[in-house]
Amino acid sequence: MHGLDFDVAHMLAGGLVLVSLMMLYQDRLYALINTLALHAFILALSVAWQAYIHNAPHLYITAAIALGFKALIVPAALRNIVFRLGIHREIETVVGIGVTMLVGIGLVALSLEVMLPVTTRADPLAREDIALALSVVLIGLLMMVTRRNAVSQVAGFMSLENGIVLAATGAQGMPLVVEISVAFSVLIAFIVIGIFLFRIRERFDTVDVGALDSFRGEHE
Amino acid sequence: MILSLAAQGTQMLLVLLLAPLLTGYVRKLKARLLRRRGPPLLQPYIDLRRLLRKEAIVADSASWLFRVIPYVVFAVSWVAAALVPTFATGLLFSWSGDLIVIIALLGAARFLLALAAMDVGTSFGGIGSSREMMIASLAEPAMIMVVFTIALIAGSTQLSSVAAHMLVTGVGLRVSLALALVGFMIVALAENARIPVDNPATHLELTMVHEAMVLEYSGRHLAMIDLAAELKLLLYASLIACIFVPFGLVLGAAGPQTYAVGIAAYVGKLAVAGTMLGVLETVIAKMRVFRVPNFLGIALMLGLLGTLLLFVSRTL
Amino acid sequence: MTIILACVAGLLALALLAAVIGASERGRPIVYGGSLALCATILVLAVSMQSEASLVLPLGLPWLGAHLRLDALARVFLALVDLGGAGACLYAIGYGRHEAAPLRVLPFVPAFLAGMNLVVLAADAYTFLFAWELMSLASWALVVSDHRSAEAVRAGFVYLVMATFSALMLLLAFGMLAAPHGSYAFAQMRGGGPGAWRAGLVLALALVGAGSKAGLVPLHAWLPLAHPAAPSHVSALMSGVMTKVAVYAFIRIAFDLLGVSSWWSAVVVLALGGLTAVLGVLYALMQHDLKRLLAYHTVENIGIIFIGLGLAMAFRANGFAAGAALALTAALFHVFNHMLFKSLLFFGAGAVLTATGERDMEHLGGLIHRMRLSSVAFLIGCAAISALPPLNGFVSEWLTFQAILLRPDLPQWGLKVMIPADGALLALAAALAAACFVKVFGVSFLGRPRTSAAARAVEVDRWSLVAMLGFAALCLLAGIFPGVMIDALAPAVQQLVGGRLPVQSGLPWLSVVPIADSRSSYDGLVVLGFIIVSASLAAVAVHELASRAVRRSRAWDCGYPGLGPTTQYTAASYSQPIRRVFGTIVFRSHETVEMPPPGDLAPARITKTMHDLAWEVFYAPTAAAVGRVAEYLNRFQFLTIRRYLGFVFIALVTLLLALTIWQ
Repeated sequence: MHGLDFDVAHMLAGGLVLVSLMMLYQDRLYALINTLALHAFILALSVAWQAYIHNAPHLYITAAIALGFKALIVPAALRNIVFRLGIHREIETVVGIGVTMLVGIGLVALSLEVMLPVTTRADPLAREDIALALSVVLIGLLMMVTRRNAVSQVAGFMSLENGIVLAATGAQGMPLVVEISVAFSVLIAFIVIGIFLFRIRERFDTVDVGALDSFRGEHE
Repeated sequence: MILSLAAQGTQMLLVLLLAPLLTGYVRKLKARLLRRRGPPLLQPYIDLRRLLRKEAIVADSASWLFRVIPYVVFAVSWVAAALVPTFATGLLFSWSGDLIVIIALLGAARFLLALAAMDVGTSFGGIGSSREMMIASLAEPAMIMVVFTIALIAGSTQLSSVAAHMLVTGVGLRVSLALALVGFMIVALAENARIPVDNPATHLELTMVHEAMVLEYSGRHLAMIDLAAELKLLLYASLIACIFVPFGLVLGAAGPQTYAVGIAAYVGKLAVAGTMLGVLETVIAKMRVFRVPNFLGIALMLGLLGTLLLFVSRTL
Repeated sequence: MTIILACVAGLLALALLAAVIGASERGRPIVYGGSLALCATILVLAVSMQSEASLVLPLGLPWLGAHLRLDALARVFLALVDLGGAGACLYAIGYGRHEAAPLRVLPFVPAFLAGMNLVVLAADAYTFLFAWELMSLASWALVVSDHRSAEAVRAGFVYLVMATFSALMLLLAFGMLAAPHGSYAFAQMRGGGPGAWRAGLVLALALVGAGSKAGLVPLHAWLPLAHPAAPSHVSALMSGVMTKVAVYAFIRIAFDLLGVSSWWSAVVVLALGGLTAVLGVLYALMQHDLKRLLAYHTVENIGIIFIGLGLAMAFRANGFAAGAALALTAALFHVFNHMLFKSLLFFGAGAVLTATGERDMEHLGGLIHRMRLSSVAFLIGCAAISALPPLNGFVSEWLTFQAILLRPDLPQWGLKVMIPADGALLALAAALAAACFVKVFGVSFLGRPRTSAAARAVEVDRWSLVAMLGFAALCLLAGIFPGVMIDALAPAVQQLVGGRLPVQSGLPWLSVVPIADSRSSYDGLVVLGFIIVSASLAAVAVHELASRAVRRSRAWDCGYPGLGPTTQYTAASYSQPIRRVFGTIVFRSHETVEMPPPGDLAPARITKTMHDLAWEVFYAPTAAAVGRVAEYLNRFQFLTIRRYLGFVFIALVTLLLALTIWQ
């Protein structure tokens, strides 16, 4: 299972990290949502390739879920939300894009440095995939931390979940029931967040989560 | 000895002759994609001939540096282009400079051109020079990180060794190589003053970078600088061809038939590169000047990520 | 060896002599000429001596004496110090003519040179620190020589504080090294074999002590204050030579006396080096005072040198002698190169100051027409420092890059992350340096004169020109014959890391092959030859076959006639794009524009604010804290007699108590 199989799997995992970094770079909402769709698409390809080389047919279903749900339905729903909320399409960041990307690279280095020594006895294909998956998770978290706009935080959350799925498939043997339950919890979370967003928008006329702070009752 | 000298000389003449053709092809393709007829394919040669014959008009405040720099810039670009294996590796003087030397030579050409822009003492030159150095301050490190990635994969910075390694050993698909390719293409766009970084056909001060630097030049000086810019574009296309798609390169000594195949393969690769460049320039728009650092920052991050992956793991 | 010492003694004697004859007209050429001759003698001896020599003089501490030793490392640095010193003295024979108060400058320059020579020759801690302090004090006197300027006085104060701090750190480092055997001689310290913690502490102290003298961030703040305040030849000596003596101190302690390297100390050195390189050049880009810009740029080059040293330590900690040799050779080569081109650039800045009376780039311009030879020398200096082939700056940068690419499979994770990060930082620093020096040369020398002072500039005297052109020629020679330099550095590298680069002198076409033929090689001579041949061929072909007509006319002015020199780009506008890209992160810089309302004839104002983070985070709070403690302690000056007696009483009782407990 060496040679081309390894390379394509690594290429897809690396592509996922690359698209995560691209998501950090975006500063327009529609472009961000399209990148999120691309992220899920590459995840679907990666899971399908894992299914092919490990001969695990249930992973094909995971890939189909990723493709249909996360690459098509969720981005369409997000676009719909953005359109109906009418929120302006630029994303404000807490620190500049350059610094965010530098920190993103640092997180990739950190996750490689943590994961590779720990997994020296594991299957060589899975080791690097898990390390790259951890970096996708960390970058998703970074995105949630450094964005003011709630929709972009949702995008970060979705990419984080994609990273978890990548790690799980790489570990060879995530049962289908776990995948379905994870997908359902994401769906619920998504619906809740969607409702929440509309509520915030109704109340405060903005989805900048910083605006919530002034209403927390911590007056100085 | 004679054969290798002939091969090196052929290479130097070949790059010189093909450079304007590549630019002419890109312009023609862009025109066609916009449903215009466009200038003839050999227009750059006609332009060079016309400019060479004209009287050079030099500003009153220009110094001796202004008149010397076009020749030095041309010479430096030509030497750099001659060091890249185009149809054969291991040419006679290819060992005198490796990838880092080529990048530094291009940096020297840019340094001199930026100085020439400041020489006359107008604000156009200042604009072009300062923006060019800002772009270069990110493009050059990005290029060096891409070179690091390639050198770590191939085990050498010497272009002949790199090409031989890529051709013979068969690296396969590697993540870091893919990252390096994307980074390389972004840097190539920036360095050659192409859309989305700079528009090579504009003269509005809001949008000029490279054109602002050479605004004062005319006649034979402008011809030299234009030829140097065309050589630079050819150089970047040749680098991508030599490193990432080295199929058809002649390794070691071979008969004239193999050399002919090598030259044909090289011209084919240039045509593909020109097509991709033309299509890309037609499809996307130029960026605002202060979004260019973000764009180049991506190239720097990709190169850094590629290098990091190679330091950290063996198979990535 | 005795001749060298005699020359050093001669320098000290010259210092005393200068105090007497300095004011007279012929005093200056005698002092500087004498220093030049003595430095040149030491240089020739250092280069030609092949073997080690040592000497013990009955000076200094009675039980120690003064140990002096000339080994391979000392030879390299001695040659460097005296080459820089000789160049500066040659330059000063002409430049010193404009000195307002010669007696404040003349006696201290030979003393400064003597101090630096003695630091390199010292083989025991006492002599070393004595010479170090002599070097610091002499240069301090030179910094405050322009005593009427408040800037110089403040610079001198900060310099004195930092110099004392560095000497204290080195004293502690030597103390820890001397602890096992109780002897201050280097020969005894060398065999010490300290444990891991002791070695780490010594290295940290040496890094702080030597680093603050060299200019590592965040201990660099004195450098851009002190170096510009001194006269130009002294600035060249301080930036070009004294910082290298500080690097020598670090190399001597870290590589020679300590004998072992640990990989995490290499990570620290690499991190500091990379940070210093990028911050130094970013600071330099924001300056418009010529000498201050050059001083900040020294900080960047020290960062590059420490990156090379960190790589050498990393390879040495992993037992990879060939890699350590490559990295150390790159660092030492850069030390030499920087001495050459920084001195050249400071000489040029001094020439500009003499010719126009201005140090501010915003008041210069068009000097290339008025100062032809100086501008050529300065251009070569700018090109060399921007690491353009075929000059010398490129060779040391190339060697450093080869060292970075050498071993991606080092086992330690800190190194795996730090080395590529340093590669990126080094590349970024090099690109920014090129931008900085295009700005320097473009704004000061090219374009049109912005003030009447610049329009009236005249070429400087012959001595200065000879010094500048000589150093420029050396830059070119070191760039096209790097193999000679590498072979000259080999004995020192061999002594320190136990390995050396392959012999370069026999290679065909004088190329440089640091590791192996197939891996990489560079031939400066061939590249230069190619460039010259192509350029001449092109020029001749064009002139013969096409046209050679030239017509002078007005510059393109978009139809607005009479655009004056103030419409040119200034230094601040040149660096504005880079300030927007990098400065917002590093300096928290932002620009505010105040526009008057329409119809109002007042001008619009643009204000840019920048924060010097090192000053605000380290120095200002420390100074404030010291001030507060001093205020508090000041109360002890005004106590009653009863309280003072009480102190004596308490001290006595405490000592007696301690005595009983001890027994």
